[in-house]
Amino acid sequence: MPDVNWIEMKNLQPVALEDIPVIPVEELRSDVIERVKSGGRLVQFFGSKTSDGTMLYAVLADDNASRLFVSSSRFNGIASYSAMTPDLPSAHLYEREFYEEFGILPDGHPWLKPVRKGTPGIDESETPYEFFSMQGEEVHEVGVGPIHAGVIEPGHFRFSCHGEKVYHLEIKLGFQHRGVEELFVKNRNRPLYLEKLSESVAGDTVVGHAGGFIRAVESLADVAVSRRAKAIRTVALELERIAVHLGDLSALSGDVAYLTGNSVFGALRTRVINTTMSICGNRFGRGLVTAGGVNFDITPELQESILSMVDRLDIDVALAAEVLFSSASVLERFEKTGVVDRDAAASIGMVGPAARASGIAVDVRSDHPFGGFEFVPVHKLTLQGGDVFARAYIRFVEIQQSMRIIRQQLMGMSDEASKKNVGTLRRDSLVTSLTEAWRGEIAYTVITDANGEIARVKVKDPSFNNWFALSLAVRGEGISDFPLCNKSFNLSYSGFDL
Amino acid sequence: MLNLLKLRRKHGHQAIPDLRSAVLMESHRGFPVIDERKFEGDRQTLVNACPTGAIRKDPVSVDLGKCIFCGECERMSGGAIRFTNGHKLGASGRTQLMVTSSLSYEGFRDCSIRARAEIHRLFGRSLKLRQVSAGGCNGCEMELAACGNVNFDMGRFGIDFVASPRHADGIVLTGPVTRNMAPALMDAYRSISEPKIVIAVGACAISGGVFGGSDETNRGFLDEVKVDLFVPGCPPHPLTIINAVLDFIGKK
Repeated sequence: MPDVNWIEMKNLQPVALEDIPVIPVEELRSDVIERVKSGGRLVQFFGSKTSDGTMLYAVLADDNASRLFVSSSRFNGIASYSAMTPDLPSAHLYEREFYEEFGILPDGHPWLKPVRKGTPGIDESETPYEFFSMQGEEVHEVGVGPIHAGVIEPGHFRFSCHGEKVYHLEIKLGFQHRGVEELFVKNRNRPLYLEKLSESVAGDTVVGHAGGFIRAVESLADVAVSRRAKAIRTVALELERIAVHLGDLSALSGDVAYLTGNSVFGALRTRVINTTMSICGNRFGRGLVTAGGVNFDITPELQESILSMVDRLDIDVALAAEVLFSSASVLERFEKTGVVDRDAAASIGMVGPAARASGIAVDVRSDHPFGGFEFVPVHKLTLQGGDVFARAYIRFVEIQQSMRIIRQQLMGMSDEASKKNVGTLRRDSLVTSLTEAWRGEIAYTVITDANGEIARVKVKDPSFNNWFALSLAVRGEGISDFPLCNKSFNLSYSGFDL
Repeated sequence: MLNLLKLRRKHGHQAIPDLRSAVLMESHRGFPVIDERKFEGDRQTLVNACPTGAIRKDPVSVDLGKCIFCGECERMSGGAIRFTNGHKLGASGRTQLMVTSSLSYEGFRDCSIRARAEIHRLFGRSLKLRQVSAGGCNGCEMELAACGNVNFDMGRFGIDFVASPRHADGIVLTGPVTRNMAPALMDAYRSISEPKIVIAVGACAISGGVFGGSDETNRGFLDEVKVDLFVPGCPPHPLTIINAVLDFIGKK
């Protein structure tokens, strides 16, 4: 779709800011709605402060053609625009976020509540947060959090129930807000710090987030990372995926009181994160990815030991999954619980394994290949159920897929050095870096200024797309199924709250 | 059914038999050893490069409370700072976390945690903890959760995480304490009956870590309460956490 309103780019392909069309916000609005309705996908929608006002950028993906499109609009003294959300539900959080950060009102937004900080101009501790309230004689509310029962991150869940049945779940987040995006810009002259910061955006997705940010920086510096470094990064990314998926299968087993699964998958996970530690000295892959390559090589001996770990794991996971997914007591809880159907998933813009479990074929590794996936194609796996079972089972098949990817990557390692030098960044440029981490699509858009310094880093964790799916999943379910539904998504609080 | 039996048999016993003497693999980055004589070049570069400002010069020291064990200084200093696999990093005082050139891992271990008779009497046989994540990235939280899994099984010592602060003997804090979590953290702390302890786990809780320079944190809680046990790391390994707690409550 050639169009003067948009400029085409690819994942990790920088464009000059002056080449990005600046169009009136009404046009941007109608274009986004129209393009998403005809098969496009909203990847990012965010503001950026400039010397002459506020810029609003929209990045859309055409997944089938591996293309991205970017356009922008300038707000100079304009205090509001007509909200997209009524026509495009998947935009609802992006618009709330844009309002919160820049104070430009999306007029007609049906759910304009704080995202992380509160209403613009008001102290967040004083910002009133009005929960949706159901009316009725025997309706009651259950409030949970911010501190939860287990050892997990904080967030607040408000259930509107009639008896045991949940009619609505409202999720209030922001408790983990640490100012990540501001820290990226504030510390732009400390490249090492930025790498470590990206590792801590979501500590369960270290390789995913660090890889996403660092690839954006590398593309702005026009550095082509060696094939070997790409392979090592890909191995680490897939180990991360396997480890978390195994941990999730363990926790899902625990939530339905299936203790064998809880123990067995938990122990298998330990084996995988210890393999990650054997590569880089940290169980979560911290310190591995660095601008220009990787800090740790995979020696032939290490390669042998990873391959033999994968071979053993393959057999053990197959047996454990066979037992889990043939247990009647497990299936009784998993099947038809927490259903998000395909239409709902598409309309709210879900990503990652949760979307694939609802029949939506999105996978950045295949749609917008990056790093090691430029050489090894990935087949998109989908299931149709959209229930807890589908979200559990897709983890099992993705674990098997990741093991195949690791084998392929380790076989195809070249002898090149694993690290290159990174120089200065392109001036006045924008790049979008998409990564398929275990939870789904991570998007980093990095903008540089006239001196080639980082002026804006926009982070989008897949949780930003998927939290609302949890609300939909528990509608009509018994409140006691909430922990199971929640775990079947396993979304990030810190990745959302930034 | 046959598969289930096969699986149980294969699973066997996963628990590490002796958590006190277990050794981590060589690649794990634990206690840093500083050899002042090996330093070449500009020390200021090293100080500036450290992502969390954990390194000081003249004499060179590493603050374990700030260190995220990324290993960059080891590469930059040509091994003058070297991370060993020593994982018992807990300390009962903030000052004990300053590692200088003269300090060996054994030397650090000798004075890092003072087991008090009163703590041993109160919590030696049962310690129930309420974990509060206040801006943690989920790294420390996952390792704390792992302390209870089949491999580490911290419950064998009578140490568990509980759901309510009313059932707890203390708080395990993770994260740099965000402004949005500060009130809830204080509420949880106040809900625990005396006597109570505070354990700070991870670089963020101890010093702010990579979020030390953020405007969105409010570390007032740490000015008001006394931290009884510091567990450094980013995140600390489960064995680091468990051994620190065991040392602190005076368990052999």
